[in-house]
Amino acid sequence: MADQAIEELPDEVKGWIGKERYHEEGEFPVERGYIWTTCSSVENGNPLFWDDEVAEEITDGPIAMPTMISLWFRPHLWAPGRTKQAQPLQVHFDLKDTLRLPEAIMSDNTIVFGEPVRPGDRLKTCQILHVVSDPKTTKLGTGRFWEIEVRYENQDGNFVGAEHYTGFGYKRPE
Amino acid sequence: MSGKYSFLTVDQVEAGASIPELSYDVTATTVVLGALASRDFRPMHHDRDFAQVRNGVQDIFLNTPNQAAWFERYLTDWTGPKGRLGRIKFRMKDSVFPGETMTFSGKVEQVSTDETGCAWVDLAVNLTVGERQVTDCSARIAVPKDESDNPWKRKNEQWKP
Repeated sequence: MADQAIEELPDEVKGWIGKERYHEEGEFPVERGYIWTTCSSVENGNPLFWDDEVAEEITDGPIAMPTMISLWFRPHLWAPGRTKQAQPLQVHFDLKDTLRLPEAIMSDNTIVFGEPVRPGDRLKTCQILHVVSDPKTTKLGTGRFWEIEVRYENQDGNFVGAEHYTGFGYKRPE
Repeated sequence: MSGKYSFLTVDQVEAGASIPELSYDVTATTVVLGALASRDFRPMHHDRDFAQVRNGVQDIFLNTPNQAAWFERYLTDWTGPKGRLGRIKFRMKDSVFPGETMTFSGKVEQVSTDETGCAWVDLAVNLTVGERQVTDCSARIAVPKDESDNPWKRKNEQWKP
């Protein structure tokens, strides 16, 4: 028999759809150490990130790799006074908890890029749940797909990017 | 211009053309470095036992933000530093594990100029491991119209990714 929690979408979740939630500012300013570490991790030798003269000429100064956009909102694993582990993409974890779906994967990811992100920027974000599917069964298990948008802007209110995620929360077959 | 770099201009690009492949031998260090560089501390990207027991896969695997960084590196290796990503979309069908060789390949699907005069190249990019299709990606990247153009100088209504 199918689980009741999987059959019905709770009103609480219905109420999240289309709402801007989790408005927050990044825990730390954009900084070059992470930019270099990320470039190193993929062996990206683009001089925009390594040569200040080139960066000045092309982008009016140093910038971050555009695809790093979500990094600036991934919380520290531990911080003073924090009693519960903070999660990035909290809406995704809210859905897992509320729908009692212990496992989840991300399948599709779309990123749109706006103004360049620069060292020293303090970025702001919010999360919007757009869609939750009816129950589906895949080779992974039974659960629901959902679509979440994360919007980003800089301290001047300029759009710097948006991500659209498709996630699948599920229970593995017993 | 500093003369320190070269870059692609749109007149050098044709629909249907393939771009140079990139192959890379993935190790556990690749996966762990990529996860930590992107501040992704979830255990399936550094703990093989967790990946096997909880995710039912053979080993730790590349995380999503690091895959995005690999796609960016692949594309801007081709365009040079004046190439400016407008958007990327990718769908992960499988995972990349330590011990595997991943290969990026790409094909130009469309070359266009928008109403602001910005030149765009749309590409289909594939990440494969051997015969296994891992991730499909579509990317839209702005490239200079000519030697004097620079997509990075576009702001506000002049930038429509």
